[in-house]
Amino acid sequence: MKVLLFLIPIALLLGLLGLGAFIWSLKSGQYDDLDGEALRILEDDDEKPPQ
Amino acid sequence: MGCCGVRYEGEGEACGSTALWVRRSDDGGHELDLVVPGIHCGACISTIEKGLKELPGLDEARVNFSLRQVRARWRDDAFDPDAIIDKLSELGYSARPFDPSEAGFHADDRQSAELLRALAVAGFAAGNIMLLSISVWAGAEGVTRDLFHWVSAMIALPAIAYAGRPFFRSAWAALSAARMNMDVPISLAVITAAMMSIYQAANHQQHAYFDAAVSLLFFLLIGRYLDHRMRSRARSAVSQLMSLSATGAVVLSDDGKRHFLPMDRLEEGMRVVVAAGERVPVDGVVVEGNSDIDMSLLTGETNPEAIAPGDKVHAGVMNLTGPLVIRLTARGEDTFLSGIIRLMAAAEESKSSYVRLADRLAGIYAPAVHVLAGATLAGWLFYTGFNWPLSLLTAISVLIITCPCALGLAVPAVQVVASGVLFRNGVMIKDGGALERLAEIDTVIFDKTGTLTLGEPELMETGPVSTEALAIAAGLAEKSSHPLSRALARAVAARGIIPEAVNGIREHPGRGMSGMWRGKKVRLGSLGWCEAEGQGGDHSGHPRLALAVEGRAPVVFTFTDSPRPDAAETIRRLRRAGLAVEIISGDREGPVRAVAEQLGIESWKAGWSPRQKLAYVEGLREAGRKVLMVGDGLNDAPALAAGHASMAPSSASDIGRTAADLVFLGSSLSAVWLAREVAVRARRLMTQNFVWALFYNVVAVPVAVLGLATPLFAAIAMSSSSIIVVANSLRLSLVGRRLRKGFRLAADDAAGEREEARRKAA
Repeated sequence: MKVLLFLIPIALLLGLLGLGAFIWSLKSGQYDDLDGEALRILEDDDEKPPQ
Repeated sequence: MGCCGVRYEGEGEACGSTALWVRRSDDGGHELDLVVPGIHCGACISTIEKGLKELPGLDEARVNFSLRQVRARWRDDAFDPDAIIDKLSELGYSARPFDPSEAGFHADDRQSAELLRALAVAGFAAGNIMLLSISVWAGAEGVTRDLFHWVSAMIALPAIAYAGRPFFRSAWAALSAARMNMDVPISLAVITAAMMSIYQAANHQQHAYFDAAVSLLFFLLIGRYLDHRMRSRARSAVSQLMSLSATGAVVLSDDGKRHFLPMDRLEEGMRVVVAAGERVPVDGVVVEGNSDIDMSLLTGETNPEAIAPGDKVHAGVMNLTGPLVIRLTARGEDTFLSGIIRLMAAAEESKSSYVRLADRLAGIYAPAVHVLAGATLAGWLFYTGFNWPLSLLTAISVLIITCPCALGLAVPAVQVVASGVLFRNGVMIKDGGALERLAEIDTVIFDKTGTLTLGEPELMETGPVSTEALAIAAGLAEKSSHPLSRALARAVAARGIIPEAVNGIREHPGRGMSGMWRGKKVRLGSLGWCEAEGQGGDHSGHPRLALAVEGRAPVVFTFTDSPRPDAAETIRRLRRAGLAVEIISGDREGPVRAVAEQLGIESWKAGWSPRQKLAYVEGLREAGRKVLMVGDGLNDAPALAAGHASMAPSSASDIGRTAADLVFLGSSLSAVWLAREVAVRARRLMTQNFVWALFYNVVAVPVAVLGLATPLFAAIAMSSSSIIVVANSLRLSLVGRRLRKGFRLAADDAAGEREEARRKAA
């Protein structure tokens, strides 16, 4: 059962990482305009690289 | 950009002071939010962002498609924010500066983000604790079990402290006001469950309820977040509509310069410029210019009125034909608008405070739960000979089991689905309470102008009018923006008649148009001006125009305001659903009677003032009727506020939209029927959900009271009842399209029948 001493902290750490990532994405405004993001992905007119 | 570039009516040139709306951003730069109602497709996003990128000095412009807003940032102090608006109008979008804090957006966003963060934390904690709990349920024993319990506690306690705050706050607020709400038993259950679980873990016991406490919060937060999101979405949609209207006025200063000033900076005596086609923003007296004004939003009166210097105008009227300069008069207590607002405030006050279904239930439920838990504690104490730990344990498990998990989701889940269905069908709802009230109505009262009708005149069948006369009239009418002229030109074009060429056309504001046709003087305008008084038969109350051709008898055109498409079908369906339908209008008797007869409504009142309308709606309410008021104008606003529920078209006056619970887009009146139908179904689903939640309690409570509820039992019971409630609510989303389709088919059938009848008659 010693393996639990590693596995539980690792599981928790990974979970916390996910939570942290979600809160970061929330803070940086990625959920502010969900309809807009759905449309932006269809834009294919990226600026052309300099010739 | 074929699909874009829509210019919105009533948008004046905003001159000058956009700078008033510019904020300091956190990083020391400048920030400006603009409402751009014309954003409606993906191409709009790139057009606007690319276009604004060309502006020198502007660092960033980002479109928020959901809110129809553009946020611009720049660091250069010399940058003129007006350039953004100019650039946008060059691109074909009208824009208005906008203050997010004014519309309550900031507070709303913060609250919504807090709920979402709490939801994420609760979800994370619930998942991890469940992982450990399953090991315990699967048979972990001894030190391992204790370890798992302590790890659970380590996750659960901070998570509860963080994610439980919305509930604790609300419960505390209720308790300190000596009231009871659903959050009191929730908070009590969560806190006692956590404390008891620590006690259990410390005593090496088998059962700990960490998972129950946290997953309870998780489920309830889902409900809370959905509820909040629905309300803020509806609010943002409504405030978007509102922000379209003038939030200020263009003021003419003494040196002849024009400035756009926001409402609160206007002062008495200022001269305000109102362009043709714009709404008058303030009460005042005309000092310069002649024009016609459309008062339909104020009074329901369809016939435009001519005005000249010295006449009074009220805020909210539409200036039709010529530019006006008005002197702002007293903005105090005696303006028309403030009179309406006073009436509205009185109506809101006298409106019996409606208690929402969930709150009504909570009023019974919360005390019942506490009594039950208390009784269990007493019973077990007596039964076990004052074994406190065991008795407390059982009482707390009763609290956890009865905790209104499904109950907390029962209403918000239905409301979110219902508002989604309504939203897709062009109806915006302000809060969930409105949905419940709408389901209860037994009487529908319509305003006429702009509600039952489109508020746009249409040429009536005029009998013996020569094609030539129509062609000449159209030749003149084409050059005018007066609604009657536009209607005439439209009607003539629809008859396939090509307008005659008329030269030297001049517009005489307040009177009509004149010009030369084949060397003869021709005039199109008011009957008095065209010397056509007393002609054209008796159509009192209907707007009319006359055409005078030199050397011939004048011809009179009569107009009528035609009902919205689907109005007849909507009213038929409302009737069939057992609702009484009535009209109360501020317009004159003739047009009101015509519309009432056309739509088959027996009960109608014409020429009523806002006060009379309000008194009538209040009278009905006192008689125990539940009224749905549908209206658009300023004159309907008090009655809208007094109605049990209220609806307004999106073309309504600001104040009408604000007063209404629901706002519908588009021209079809079927939205009224649809909204009521969805509300009735939503209510049925809510009731089903409640019944289910109660049934769950009937089964689970005896188990808990007898002390047989293990954490595993609690987890399964709680999750399954929540899932069932959500799944049941989702059934509503299937309904929307079916309703709409049913309406279309029936409307087509009805139109077919009418056509048939007409053919037979002919």
